[in-house]
Amino acid sequence: MPVQTVVPKIEVRPSSTAQAVTGKAKVSVRDLDFFYGRVQALHNISLDIPERMVMAFIGPSGCGKSTFLRTLNRMNDVIPATRVGGQVLIDDRDIYAPGTDVVELRRKVGMVFQKSNPFPKSIFDNVAYGLRINRVTKNNSELTGRVEEALKDAALWNEVKDRLKTSALSLSGGQQQRLCIARALAIRPEVLLMDEPASALDPIATSKIEELIFDLKAHYTIVIVTHNMQQAARVSDRTAFFLLGKLIEVNSTEKMFTAPSEKLTEDYITGRFG
Amino acid sequence: MIATYNNADRTRRAVSAVMTSLTALCTLLAVSALLIILSYIAWRGIGSLSFQFLTDVPRPVGEGGGIGNAIVGSLVLLLISSVIGLPVGISVGVYLSEVGRGRFTDGVRFIVDTLTGIPSIVTGVFVYAILVLPMKHFSALSGGVALALIMVPIVARTTEEMLKLVPHSMREGALALGAPQWRVTLGVVIPAAAPGIATGAMLAIARISGETAPLLFTAFGSRFFPSSLNEPIASLTVQIYNYAISPYDEWHAQAWAATLVLMTLVLGINIIVRFLTRKKF
Repeated sequence: MPVQTVVPKIEVRPSSTAQAVTGKAKVSVRDLDFFYGRVQALHNISLDIPERMVMAFIGPSGCGKSTFLRTLNRMNDVIPATRVGGQVLIDDRDIYAPGTDVVELRRKVGMVFQKSNPFPKSIFDNVAYGLRINRVTKNNSELTGRVEEALKDAALWNEVKDRLKTSALSLSGGQQQRLCIARALAIRPEVLLMDEPASALDPIATSKIEELIFDLKAHYTIVIVTHNMQQAARVSDRTAFFLLGKLIEVNSTEKMFTAPSEKLTEDYITGRFG
Repeated sequence: MIATYNNADRTRRAVSAVMTSLTALCTLLAVSALLIILSYIAWRGIGSLSFQFLTDVPRPVGEGGGIGNAIVGSLVLLLISSVIGLPVGISVGVYLSEVGRGRFTDGVRFIVDTLTGIPSIVTGVFVYAILVLPMKHFSALSGGVALALIMVPIVARTTEEMLKLVPHSMREGALALGAPQWRVTLGVVIPAAAPGIATGAMLAIARISGETAPLLFTAFGSRFFPSSLNEPIASLTVQIYNYAISPYDEWHAQAWAATLVLMTLVLGINIIVRFLTRKKF
């Protein structure tokens, strides 16, 4: 394999260039270290994620971007022998402070996973799951309304409205992923974490998810991990580049893909490694 | 380069063909042994089957009689043992897979595995010592407890294995929606594994419905229909055992028929449970 030297042309959505970096920080990470047993996976990361914007995390496999994403809703808690140092402030509250209600945190910080993971239940019950366990709705008609709303927000309603009672597993891969997004949206989180949400999807399904992300940022703060730099350029306002567990650069997406300030970022984006 | 095979190719194909035929042959052997047993039992047993045989209590040799009380007794024993053994076994399985971590859990798993290997007669003697002796009489209850003790480790381990097959991503999906651990386990993981857990329960029930030894010192046997759980109770297996070791041809024939009934019973329970827990999604 010859070393790729051609700089890939990456187009940045014009609207994202208009966005200034002035938004209030919804999530504020301070000096975060993370360990799997004795292995340190994240080194001293500090980063602000502004409200109602899309922030993309890019970097080669194993660079810690997924691990970092999972520290934001404490999903790493379920993995044995992990340890966190530093602070993650969401709305100025440290989510790792003693006495934090993890269940409440996860209602506020929703998550969509790389591999779609619908429950083996009906389409309706999948979306209603979060509403039911959190006792969000008072009666059945409210529940039905919220499910419909979430499915519409996830751009899935028209495809499934006539078969809400059928198994979620009968949906196509792209539909399943949008169902998982609907499931996360149903409880109206404030932050939405997406861990490579389109990596297993075909281009058509991917573009649907990307359009969805673009629409959703009007109401949600979105953090997306992606391997696909074009995708990061298309959907995000700000981009953070990770390498070997370290945050190398965080910048507006436009600047990141046109004039990165770090040599390492430039090398990665232009395909010189990774 | 079309359809030219070198020698290595030919050897590989030959080995593959031999291995495939071997597995087919072994499967055929196992299945035909099973079929021979089943058809032999049917052939020997079907002659003595009659309405009276299925409903009557045992009578002295030459007077006919039946196994009605043994059928009821076996069902009662299965019910008692399932009521005790399934909840306990499934709970242990859930603990091993979802709750417990570290050395203590490894210890529990080891003990459960050891329990699976305990000869059933030992379980019978054990229950005789801790239940029958203090109560001073045989009873359906102690028989049920003995069978439950045999069920627990089987159900626990199959439940654990089935729960572990549920993808981790599903648990994370539920946790990420703000579900507390217990709701994830009860509402997502266990339902996803339900058909497998039911199959495990079925296997355990099938296994204990063939047990004779633990019942000899506990349920003991009876010539009458049961009227209380606190009394000795008849069972198909003990009845089969008693008839089979008797010197009478009539009782031998009845033992064959009772065996046929026992097998049909297990098959019936199996089909019903499969139907009830069939995959809905």
